[in-house]
Amino acid sequence: MTENRDRPPFQVNQHKVSRRGLLGAAAGLSAGALLASCSVLQRKEEAPKLGVTADEIIKQRQLTPEDVTAALMTYVPSGKYDEFLMFSSTGHGGQVLVHGLPSMRLLKVIAVFAPEPWQGYGYGGSTSEVLEGGYFHGKPILWGDTHHPALSETNGEYDGEFLFINDKANGRIAVVDLRDFETKQIVKNPLLVNEHGGCFVTPNTEYVLEADQYSVPLGGVYAPITQYKEKYRGVLTFWKFDRQKGRIIPEESFAIETPPYWHDLADAGKGPSHGWAFWNSFNTELAFPGLLEGRPAMEIATTQRDMDYLHVVNWKKAEEVIAAGKYEIINGFKVIRMDVAAKEGVLFLIPEPKSPHGVDVTPGGDYIVVAGKLDPHVTVYSFAKIQQAIQAGNWDTDEYGIPVLPFEQCVETQVELGLGPLHTQFDDQGYAYTSLFLDSAVAKWSLGKPYHEDGWKLVEKLPVQYNIGHLAAAEGDTVKPAGRFLVAHNKWSVDRFASLGPLLPQNAQLISIAPNQPMRVLYDSPIGIGEPHYAQIIKRERIKAWEIYPEVGWNPHTHSVDPNAVLKVGDERIERRGKTVEIWGVLLRSQIRPDLIEVEQGDEVIWHLTNIERAKDATHGFALGGYNINLSLEPGETQTIRFVADIPGTFPFYCTEFCSALHLEMMGYFLVKPT
Amino acid sequence: MEIATTRTTARLNVIQSLSAVIAHSRDRILFFLAAILLGVSLVLPYWHMTLLAPQYPGGLRVLIYLTKLAGDVQEVNGLNHYIGMMKLEEAAPFERAIAPYGVAALALLALFTGLLRQRWITLLAILIVIFPIIFIADLQYWLWYFGHNLDPHAALSSSIKPFTPPVLGTGRVGQFVVQARFGSGLYLAILAALSALIGIAARLRGSAQRG
Repeated sequence: MTENRDRPPFQVNQHKVSRRGLLGAAAGLSAGALLASCSVLQRKEEAPKLGVTADEIIKQRQLTPEDVTAALMTYVPSGKYDEFLMFSSTGHGGQVLVHGLPSMRLLKVIAVFAPEPWQGYGYGGSTSEVLEGGYFHGKPILWGDTHHPALSETNGEYDGEFLFINDKANGRIAVVDLRDFETKQIVKNPLLVNEHGGCFVTPNTEYVLEADQYSVPLGGVYAPITQYKEKYRGVLTFWKFDRQKGRIIPEESFAIETPPYWHDLADAGKGPSHGWAFWNSFNTELAFPGLLEGRPAMEIATTQRDMDYLHVVNWKKAEEVIAAGKYEIINGFKVIRMDVAAKEGVLFLIPEPKSPHGVDVTPGGDYIVVAGKLDPHVTVYSFAKIQQAIQAGNWDTDEYGIPVLPFEQCVETQVELGLGPLHTQFDDQGYAYTSLFLDSAVAKWSLGKPYHEDGWKLVEKLPVQYNIGHLAAAEGDTVKPAGRFLVAHNKWSVDRFASLGPLLPQNAQLISIAPNQPMRVLYDSPIGIGEPHYAQIIKRERIKAWEIYPEVGWNPHTHSVDPNAVLKVGDERIERRGKTVEIWGVLLRSQIRPDLIEVEQGDEVIWHLTNIERAKDATHGFALGGYNINLSLEPGETQTIRFVADIPGTFPFYCTEFCSALHLEMMGYFLVKPT
Repeated sequence: MEIATTRTTARLNVIQSLSAVIAHSRDRILFFLAAILLGVSLVLPYWHMTLLAPQYPGGLRVLIYLTKLAGDVQEVNGLNHYIGMMKLEEAAPFERAIAPYGVAALALLALFTGLLRQRWITLLAILIVIFPIIFIADLQYWLWYFGHNLDPHAALSSSIKPFTPPVLGTGRVGQFVVQARFGSGLYLAILAALSALIGIAARLRGSAQRG
């Protein structure tokens, strides 16, 4: 470790290597060194060629030319970044995944509805408070069923600032801030229990859309199942988002009551259809379970009618209705009752082939594509025709008095694609891509005018492996899709990966949708920590994440310097006030200060911890074994933990994130004296 | 050939007109220039240190101004504590306290040397000439002092021998390659010194010829 003035090896520049190579050649040195240096020389002059070794590798690994091009299209060399980022849900894994495209490398798991120890999520500090925001009548809910991530939008394009994700099981929405990729808020919908039709955002993220799936009486109160028709209700929710605060504001949000049809997916209108939102539905039969009581199975009972209802909502009009005070407060939430919604022109229904799944608005906002699920067609509604039908005013109503617009007046066309169409995404060339669950395929089809003169035609189908659910194209649900890549989220992988026991990973398949070329599968990415439903793919450069927190003492929950942060070494301290012990501590390589805390059994401990590091990646963990406390403190971050020292004993605390050569020495003792 | 002659003539013209300006301002301009250069150097870094290591792909930078330290000072201090080195801000407290006033005084000195044509002030202006040398010598002293006064209780104290980081050029400490170079402020101070040196020489020679 003494000073060494020699030029270190990596200081030698390219020029020197080349010259050394030439000299080596002249001197007739070893062939290996020669080859290495010559290749450096050649590389400068001409484009790289696949050498003998590449051929050998191709032969050895028995790769086809298609395999090789797929590898070349997806490989991202060390130190280079992926072009796109994909945010996908993990279903009942309860979290969100971030993958890089085209490499399909898993870059991060964002903890949302379930505690996650690596991020210190839910083991003390403000992250526990975020989870508590989603408790159900005070009961801890420590998992979620995430379905549809929604990136915040500006003018219908992703802006890379926030991500919203829903929890189907418990009727909740979470807000993730993409400055630090951390969950900031979980809100429980006070009107419903189970939901599916979220998250979808309006073009400027004015609202985050969420609707119930399995209807319950408003607020989830008890009502006999035989009163399903009278007491149970659907809920279309518009959560108001405050971009400045980075939070959903429940007081400024509202919901629209609907008949107890089960709502499925949704999309917000854009361009000409801005101000409108669309949900599809099933179980317009109003069936309810009771196998033992002699009722038919739900899968039979909910599929008796040929048509269900597409819900068409004028949310601008709904805002006016709210402003005019024509709402009721239920469980603290503004609700437009369905008779008001019908009378004021807020809610319309249009028949749609039974039990549909996806409803997707085309990039220009001119058409609404409903995927049939039990019907081999996608049904394309024209927004202009819907408006004409509303103007014409000759509609019937359903049995609850909601206007039902005539199907044939609203439909532009139906395109036959194959069996089990579920979800549709778009590219930048005027094509749509629809997942076909039963066919295990992706259908590419052309949109009609103004996208193509001679559109509404199936172009090709690509088999995928297997049972595709959602698909996501690069920025494929925005006003300006990016094209090129599509990911099929396949529910079954069957034989795609090595056997790892009877619970198989899902298979996310990267597909090339390059213009004027057949679609092709490029890469299989196993998802071994959940079931992605929907995903969104965004250009990497749209996301401007912080490398470290902006200032030392940053509270990620308030996005400001915490008043209890200790900003520099030497300012740490311990205060005792009766039965309370308050500690202001710092972490830096390689110390946790103060490192000796002595309390008495039963004392309340308030412990403020600040990582004062300013170096990128200099994260410290803080683990207190025996007390279920584990924090991840990123450079600059401050967290506060509170607990009662109810177990007497000797508890070492330490840094969990290997931070430095003296990381193991970064520890202290927490002593609890028995009383 | 003709072109070459024209060029030589042009060059001569430039030199002649420059000499004329200098003659006209009677060497004042050299001192005014020195005053300006010194004044500007107050807001520019005098010395840069870059530390390169595998885990810092962009390197760590420390910039030393006459009035402040800038760059990755906290990170460098944090790393230095492992070998028991003092914090960078503990270096040269006296020098750093007086440096801004001292350099401002030198700039004023240059200004007055230009305005007044007294022999005593011309001789005093030698301070401007030797200032960069003093700065470098002092920096070298402090680098030596830092490298030779390591805390014996530091974690890595047993594995590192006393050393002197380079004042200019490349050295190595642990996994760090240390690159040191002069900053623009110091280069301006050196220019000011050269300018003042020519001015002093011209003035002293002139007075010798007259005398």
